[in-house]
Amino acid sequence: MIDAVLILRYAAPIAFAAVGETAGQRAGMINIGLEGTMLTSAFVATKVSLATGSPWVGIIVGAVAGLILALLTGVFTIRMQQDQVVVGTAVNLLCFGLCGMLFERWNGATGQLLSLPPLPKFAGGLDVVLLLLVVSAVAISFALFRTEWGLRARTAGEYPASLEAAGYSVIRTQFQALLISGLMAGLGGAYYAIGVAGSFAPDMISGRGFMAIAIVTFARWKPIWGLLSACLVGYFESLQYQLQMTHQDIPKSLLIALPYAATLLILVFSGRSSNAPAALGQPYKGMR
Amino acid sequence: MKVAGLAILGLFGILVVGLLLGGVPVVDGLRLLFQGAFGDRFAISQSLVRATPLLLAGLGVAVAWKAGVFNIGGEGQLVIGALAGATIAKALHGFGIAPLATISILLASVVGGAGWAAVAAWLSIKRGVNLVISTILLNFIGLQLLVYGVDGPLRRAGQSAPMTEQVPDAWMLWRPSRQTDVHFGVVIALLLCIAVGYFLFRTRKGYLMRATGANPQFVRANRYPPEPIQFQAMLISGALCGLAGGVQYLGINGQLTASFSQQYGFLAIPVALVGGLHPAGVAASSFFFGALFAGTSNLSRFGGGGSYFVYVVQGLAVLGLLGYQFLRERNEVTNQ
Repeated sequence: MIDAVLILRYAAPIAFAAVGETAGQRAGMINIGLEGTMLTSAFVATKVSLATGSPWVGIIVGAVAGLILALLTGVFTIRMQQDQVVVGTAVNLLCFGLCGMLFERWNGATGQLLSLPPLPKFAGGLDVVLLLLVVSAVAISFALFRTEWGLRARTAGEYPASLEAAGYSVIRTQFQALLISGLMAGLGGAYYAIGVAGSFAPDMISGRGFMAIAIVTFARWKPIWGLLSACLVGYFESLQYQLQMTHQDIPKSLLIALPYAATLLILVFSGRSSNAPAALGQPYKGMR
Repeated sequence: MKVAGLAILGLFGILVVGLLLGGVPVVDGLRLLFQGAFGDRFAISQSLVRATPLLLAGLGVAVAWKAGVFNIGGEGQLVIGALAGATIAKALHGFGIAPLATISILLASVVGGAGWAAVAAWLSIKRGVNLVISTILLNFIGLQLLVYGVDGPLRRAGQSAPMTEQVPDAWMLWRPSRQTDVHFGVVIALLLCIAVGYFLFRTRKGYLMRATGANPQFVRANRYPPEPIQFQAMLISGALCGLAGGVQYLGINGQLTASFSQQYGFLAIPVALVGGLHPAGVAASSFFFGALFAGTSNLSRFGGGGSYFVYVVQGLAVLGLLGYQFLRERNEVTNQ
């Protein structure tokens, strides 16, 4: 039996990151550092929720960690106009390294199993963060396509020079969009530790940030479609766990590879899109 | 010379910052790192051996990035290369003749790595799939294929832990001394470093690749479609990364386990970046990070997590380099 809430819960970390990344990419910012951001937020949320005993404080501080990493990324990509893929890769390395190192130093190399304070749930298994996910997807969609700010953000991604010519700051607009992307990835990572896994391991994110970036493309840079596509990947993930239990004759490794292969196939069949922001990934060096 | 001095000073500063961030006592940490990397003959040999796959895969990354192809998939290509090598080793088991078997295994790893890269390159050119994303996804799939391989078709019979058959000693890469791990792969990597430098800077094709990376419109305007050039760059890149896997397989391990790859293919990206995407620079930076890799084995004395230290330093090094580039460009503009 397919459990819709379960799928939504598995999908939520990727969905948060994908919805936020949609806003970032619409403004021209590809955030490859999403993977490391999610890991760091998961780590911070783990530490904080264990220290305070409150899952809520953990999730909030985890989201703030996402904001801080986005700020760091923005200083290099927007302020210093460096290549976004290179900066994102460096942020990922830094996050992998620091989270892994500090985790092992505090918990030993084998990593004792941590159990985090759980989030209170409504009837049916939903919780506040899952509702927040749906609300934020709608809100970001509204902000991008129905507000003046959204028009500015999309202009920054399509043709930033015209935004500057109209008297707005490209730097500020791109920073705002990038911060949304970092905040959402932070929420996703924190929720993964507290709401889904209930624990932390240095390799726990295992590509979810990268999958979120892939989903943005597949969803044609639309937040609500991003949420739905993340649910598709979440479905493959829950399917993978189910198959592991029911079909023990299928090698486990091939099942683990399933969501990655599915994401790749999704990209193969989504093809080229005219929705891609024209200035995506290009550092804006001012009007010339 | 000034740049080299600045680089050494910068990397030293980054080591200190990394140790501080990880909460390791700085002076003792530095001393242990240095001892682990250069303390005695064995330590130096460890540094060399660790640098070898980093150099091969780093060269691969450099060729692709020079041509404007962001190949993040070195890890997957390395793993598939080793897997292809192990498959050939199994096929030749029992009747292979030493030098021929070694060469076939290495060739298989080259083909495996190039093939895995070709998948991403083809998807990018024919289907418009973002190469950064596809190579990352292929890394994860490649890693699971390795787990599947060592636990399934390539698994050594009658062994409780999943691993492949040990390759006969005669097939392994030649070692000058029994006391250290230094193997012939070091020479292979250095020769290929020179070859890649010659190719990039002294041949027409290499020039075209560099031009494509610098300005694809320029190449297109001169009636060279950039797509086939970038496809070839990906093939070379994958071949070098695959060979890194094959050399590691025949140089050190002799058999594959699920944890065969120590992220060399992934660590090769910052190696190439810090090396300025230039073969000589990649050689220097691979030696630095190889030594760091060897040195971190000593950090375990201060509690766990030492193996992650390399990532921290690499992340900081790349960010530091970007900051330096930004300041230099800004100074050039203001001095004009």
